[in-house]
Amino acid sequence: VSGDDRLPLAAALRRLEEIVRQLEGEEPDLDRALALFEEGVMVLRHAREQVQDAELRVQRVLEDAEGDLRITDLDG
Amino acid sequence: MSRRAPGDDLFDPGPPAGGEEHDRAWSVADVVRALRRAVEDAVGQIWIKGEIAELRVHQRGHWYFTLKDDAAQIRCVVWQSYARRLPGAPAVGAEVYILARPDLYEQRGELRFSAVTVLPTAAVGARQLAYLRTKEALTRDGLFDPARKRAPPAFPRAVALVTSVDGAALGDMRTVARRRWPAIRLLVVNTAVQGEPAERELVRALALVNRLPVDLCILARGGGSREDLGAFDREQVCRAVAAVRVPVISAVGHETDVSLADLVADLRAATPSAAMELALPDRRDVADRVAVLAGRLGGGLRRRTRVVAERLRGVEHRLRHRMRALVADRRDRLGALAGQLEALSPLRVLDRGYAVARDAAGRVLRQVADFPPGAVFRLRVSDGEVPARVEGTP
Repeated sequence: VSGDDRLPLAAALRRLEEIVRQLEGEEPDLDRALALFEEGVMVLRHAREQVQDAELRVQRVLEDAEGDLRITDLDG
Repeated sequence: MSRRAPGDDLFDPGPPAGGEEHDRAWSVADVVRALRRAVEDAVGQIWIKGEIAELRVHQRGHWYFTLKDDAAQIRCVVWQSYARRLPGAPAVGAEVYILARPDLYEQRGELRFSAVTVLPTAAVGARQLAYLRTKEALTRDGLFDPARKRAPPAFPRAVALVTSVDGAALGDMRTVARRRWPAIRLLVVNTAVQGEPAERELVRALALVNRLPVDLCILARGGGSREDLGAFDREQVCRAVAAVRVPVISAVGHETDVSLADLVADLRAATPSAAMELALPDRRDVADRVAVLAGRLGGGLRRRTRVVAERLRGVEHRLRHRMRALVADRRDRLGALAGQLEALSPLRVLDRGYAVARDAAGRVLRQVADFPPGAVFRLRVSDGEVPARVEGTP
């Protein structure tokens, strides 16, 4: 569920802009255009997921006597 | 209840009350209540400077004292809930600033001031000095240098909140986060933000942020008096802010109150809510941007396939045209060849009255010697063959 292993949204949007620019440009190769489009759809889906409704996660960080960190959900 | 609306005329002695006017006498409670409203409306919470005269600490922890100067004196109280946050009751004879609002104690008809804070003027001077020294040291080390300031990430994935878990700031920030970017993960590092332990706890909490998987830090505290901001002017706290490895947004004071920690932070917000607004993108904006890109992506592909289809149609057209031309050309050449062939056909010669003589084996007989007497042969004429025999000798 963690977003940490996914393409960061900033990078996703940058890539998407680039794909759209290339598709709108003069490159005549249809295979290349289709490949770009496919990639664009994937990146788009990824970007949409991140914008959709999500449950806000608020956690509290606690440090024990040994200096180890413990992260617990904070409710309310 | 009161027989007259209390107002400005309350302070106007007017004509002396006589005879039947007694019937319109005020109750004591009405007068005190009217006075209370008038005083409270006229004077809000203000800073007052004076000398502590009598001071009594009530067993429940309230402080009662008189504040005086050469010309006048007022009765003051610090309720236990405020007194316990202050370092200790001031000494009699000390010169202090108090932040207080007037209050009319109705049972006694007594005017007194409820103070929320009491600062010895000497301490204020010392604090001012310490503030300036710290500021100088931090300036020397470049902690206020604008070149140090880092921009917060456009899309943070986890944000550390250094704040009090009991404060209103946390709730405010959660509300904004839920609205703007609920996919965010907030990691709260609890710390005192005022009072004696604040400095030590802030330093510890800020150091702890560097061990968390976050890409932004918000240092937040709700409203309060300038006095309460003290910890955020401490050198060690400022250095701890500077040592945080991710950008720090501070929301410590009010718009008019800037702490040194605010100046060291990468970005300053007027309130914790405003800090969260700065920290997080608004998902509605991002959704709009994504929708526009989605439209352009589909449009881009349609345009591209249209271009290719047009090209294909062009090629097909040219191909058909060329094929037609090729076929016509071949047909013409075939016709010409057929004409030539026909002209050369031996049948045409026969038509003109010639005949071909061949022996039984089909060999063409061309010379006299090919016709010995009595030889049988066949004559090919235009419409068929005739059997023949050589009669006599040539």
